Amino acid sequence: MKDNFVVEMLNIRKEFPGVVANDNITIQLKQGEILALLGENGAGKSTLMSILFGLFHLDQGIIKVKGKEVKITDPNIANKLGIGMVHQHFQLVHNFTVTENIILGIEGSIVLKIKDASKIIKDLSLKYGLDINPNDKIEDISVGMQQRVEILKMLYRDADVLIFDEPTAVLTPQEIHELMKIMKNLTSEGKSIVLITHKLREIKEVADRCTVIRRGKVIGTVDVKDTSEAKMAEMMVGRVVTFKVDKQDAKPGKVILKIDKLSALNNQKTLGLKEFSLEVRAGEIVGLAGVDGNGQTELVEALTGLRKIESGKIFINGKNLTKSSIRERNETGIAHIPEDRHKHGLVLEFSLGDNMILKEYYHPPYSKYGFLQFDQIKKHADDVISQFDVRSGRGNASKAATLSGGNQQKAIVGREISSNPDLLIAVQPTRGLDVGAIEYIHKRLIEQRDSGKAVLLISLELDEILDLSDKIAVINHGELIDLVNANETNENEVGLMMAGIKRGEGQ
Amino acid sequence: MKKELNEVTKSLIATFLGLLAGALLMLSIGSNPIEGFTYLLKGGTMSIERIGNTLSTATTLILTGLSVAFAFRTGLFNIGVSGQMLIGGLCATIVGLTLDFPRPILLFIMLIVAIIGGAIWGIIPGLLKAKFNVHEVVATIMMNWIALWVVYYTVQAFLIDVQETQSADLPAVAQLKVPWITELFQGSSLNLGLVVALLAVIFIKIILDKTTLGFELKAVGFNRDAALCNGIKVSRNIILSMMIAGGLAGLAGLTFYTGFAENMQIGILPAQGFDGIAVALLGISTPYGVLIAAIFFGILHTGKGFMSAMTDIPPQIANTIIAIIIYFTATSLLIQRLWVKILRKKKSKKNAKGGVD
Repeated sequence: MKDNFVVEMLNIRKEFPGVVANDNITIQLKQGEILALLGENGAGKSTLMSILFGLFHLDQGIIKVKGKEVKITDPNIANKLGIGMVHQHFQLVHNFTVTENIILGIEGSIVLKIKDASKIIKDLSLKYGLDINPNDKIEDISVGMQQRVEILKMLYRDADVLIFDEPTAVLTPQEIHELMKIMKNLTSEGKSIVLITHKLREIKEVADRCTVIRRGKVIGTVDVKDTSEAKMAEMMVGRVVTFKVDKQDAKPGKVILKIDKLSALNNQKTLGLKEFSLEVRAGEIVGLAGVDGNGQTELVEALTGLRKIESGKIFINGKNLTKSSIRERNETGIAHIPEDRHKHGLVLEFSLGDNMILKEYYHPPYSKYGFLQFDQIKKHADDVISQFDVRSGRGNASKAATLSGGNQQKAIVGREISSNPDLLIAVQPTRGLDVGAIEYIHKRLIEQRDSGKAVLLISLELDEILDLSDKIAVINHGELIDLVNANETNENEVGLMMAGIKRGEGQ
Repeated sequence: MKKELNEVTKSLIATFLGLLAGALLMLSIGSNPIEGFTYLLKGGTMSIERIGNTLSTATTLILTGLSVAFAFRTGLFNIGVSGQMLIGGLCATIVGLTLDFPRPILLFIMLIVAIIGGAIWGIIPGLLKAKFNVHEVVATIMMNWIALWVVYYTVQAFLIDVQETQSADLPAVAQLKVPWITELFQGSSLNLGLVVALLAVIFIKIILDKTTLGFELKAVGFNRDAALCNGIKVSRNIILSMMIAGGLAGLAGLTFYTGFAENMQIGILPAQGFDGIAVALLGISTPYGVLIAAIFFGILHTGKGFMSAMTDIPPQIANTIIAIIIYFTATSLLIQRLWVKILRKKKSKKNAKGGVD
C-alpha cells in the first residue's frame, strides 16, 4: 500500500539567535495514525509544531498538506488546512459554557445559534466517546473534561490533523487512560494525530510510529510495536538510561515535621486545604501524590510561611512554627525547592554567586557589620557549583538567567541542600528537566534521605513519587485521602486515590 | 554576534536619537543645527561661571535622579520627588529662618531636617504600598499636591517677609552658597550642595553594591516573589526604600531652596522632581550613571538661554531634546527590537545571496 501522508514537513530548519532549534528535520504523518514526537525539553519538538501551526516562520524547508505545498504564516491558515492544536495550557473562558467556548471566535452571524452548535457538539461528543455535556460551565468540570473541550474545539472546526502538546501532564492515570482511548477513537474515524511527549509509556500504549528528536535533529523514526522503551529512551538521550532509582530501605528516625489538622484558604478564598495531618520522619521520603490543584500549593505555602494558616499547627523537631515568619522557618531547618524556579527560586538578574546566598546573605560569614563579604560569597558559590555540577559560562559570576533550566535547578537544589536542612520540601523538583538532570536530582534527594534528613516530595509525576518515596500520601480536594507504604501499593491504587477514592472503596 | 544591547549603549542611542530629533527640529525652523548645538554646548561650558551654573543645576538633578533611581532598584516608581523636595526644602527653610546657631551647626541641622522631611514624605506612600497595596505612583502623586499646599499655607502663615508669593530670604549663614566657591566660579550659583550631592552618589553606590541592605533591596526589585520566598521581608524593604528615596529628594530640596535659590516660592511644584525621572532613566538607575546624566542635563538647561540668544532657535528646543531622550530611554525595549530587526535583515540578506527562497 502506498503511504498516504496528510502532513509532511521536509528538511525544516529554524534558527534562533545563537541556536539552531530545528536542523534539517523531516517528519511525515500518515493518514489515520498516531505519530509520537519524542524528545527531551529543548530538543525542538515545540518549535517544530509551532512552525506547523503557523506561530513561527521557518527559515528553510517545505511543508506539504495532503501532498500540496503550503505556506503557513499564521494559525488561521493552519486551521483552514484542517490542522488543530490542543495546547498544554487550555485556552478556555471559565464562566462560559462548553458550547460558548467552542464557538468562540467563529460565531459567524450576529445572532448566535447556540442551539444548533450544541446539537453538533453533542453529536461529535457521542461519535468520539467524549462524554461531554455542551451546557456545562467550564469552571464546573474537571481538568480532564476541559481537555476534551479543547479537543472538541478542534473537531468542531473540522480539523483532520490534531496536535497534542504534552496532553497528559495535568491528568490522573485514569484520565490518561481515557484520553488514550479517545485518541484511538479519533484515528479510527480517520483523524491523524501528532503526540508531543517525553513519556515513553504513553507512546508505547497509543502511538503507531515515533520520531525521535535530539538537539534539533531527527535521530530516527521507528515503529513503536517493534521498539522497546529502553531503546527509545536511548535514542532520545543519546546514552543508556537507567529507569530505576537505586535505593536502600529507609531507616526512619524521629519525627521531624508534624502537620496537625492544617487548614488554609486557596486563592478563591475557600478552603483549599482541609484539616490536613501528616508526619515526616528523619531518614525517609514522603511523597505527596495528587492531581494538580488539589491543595498541594496551599500545603507547601502554608508550610513555608507564604500563606496564612486558618487553623491547625506545624511543628519542626517539636518546635511550633505555625506563626513563624519565613525566615524563622528557614533558620529552624526548613529548606524549600520551589515549584516555579523562575518565579520563586532565583533572582534571574543576579549572579549565580548572589543567588547562592539568597537565604543566608545576612549572617556571617557572608555579612560583616552589614557589608557583604564577597570572597566568602564566591567561595560558597564555587563549592555549590562544583558539588552539584552546575554548569555555567562564567562560574559564580554568570547571571542566573544565562543558565539552562537543568543547571538553574541544580543550583537551587545545591543551595537548599548545602544549608543542611532537617526538612527538605521539594516541589516538582524535576519539572521540565531532561533525563540526565532528573537522574542527578533524584540521586541527591535519596542521598539527603540517607544522611538522616526528612524529605517531603510533592510531584505531579506519579512515576517520580513511586520511584523515590518511602511513604506516599495522597491528596484530593485538599484532604488527605490516605497514607500508604510505597512498596505496598501500585500505580493503579494511587491513581484511584488521586481521584478521591479510598482504598477498598468502589472496587 | 551580540543579540542584546547593553544598557549603556541603549542610553547612548537614546541620547543620540534625542539630539538627532533636536537637529531635525532646528532644521525645520530654518536654523543650522551645528551652529545651534555649538552654542548650546558653549552656553553650558564656555566660561568658569557657566560651568559653575551647569554644575549648580546638575546638583539638584543628581539628587532627584538618585531618588528615582534608588526607588526604582527596589521596583518602585517614585513620582513624588517634587513633593518630597518641597517638604525637605520647607523644613530646611524653617530652620534657616528661625534658629540662630553658628553656621556649621545650622547648616548641619538644616541638612538633617531636610532628609527627615523628605523621608517622611516618602515613608507614607511606602507604608500605603506595603500594608494596603496602594500603588506608589498614585500615592506619591497625591503627596505632591499635599506638599504643594502645605508649603503654600506654611509660607504664607509663618514665613512671609515682604512679598506674598514667597518666603523671606534666608540669611547668608543659612545658605549653602559660600563666598570662596562663588568667587572661584566667578559669581555662579554653585554652592555646597554639590558636595552633598557627590557624597550622596558615593553613599548610595556603597549601599547598593556593598551592603546586605542593598542586596535585599535589589532582590526585592528584581523578583519580589523570590525575595519573599527566601525569607526577605518585602514590606519592610518597600518602606525602607521609599524612605531613603524620600530622604534623597529632601536633600534635593535643600540644595534647590537654600543653595540655588534663597527663598521658597509658593504654588510651584519643582520641575526638577520630574526631571529626576529622566536623569534616572538615562543614567540606567546607577549612581554614576545618574551623575553623568545630571551633568548632561545641566549643560542643556544652562546652555539653552545662550543658544536662543545667539541664534533664532527658541530655548524650548533644549526642553524638547530632553523630552525626546526621555521618550527613547523609556522605550528602550523599542530600541532593542529595532536592533534585532536590523540584525535579522542583514542576515536574511546574507542568506538570500546563498540562493534559498
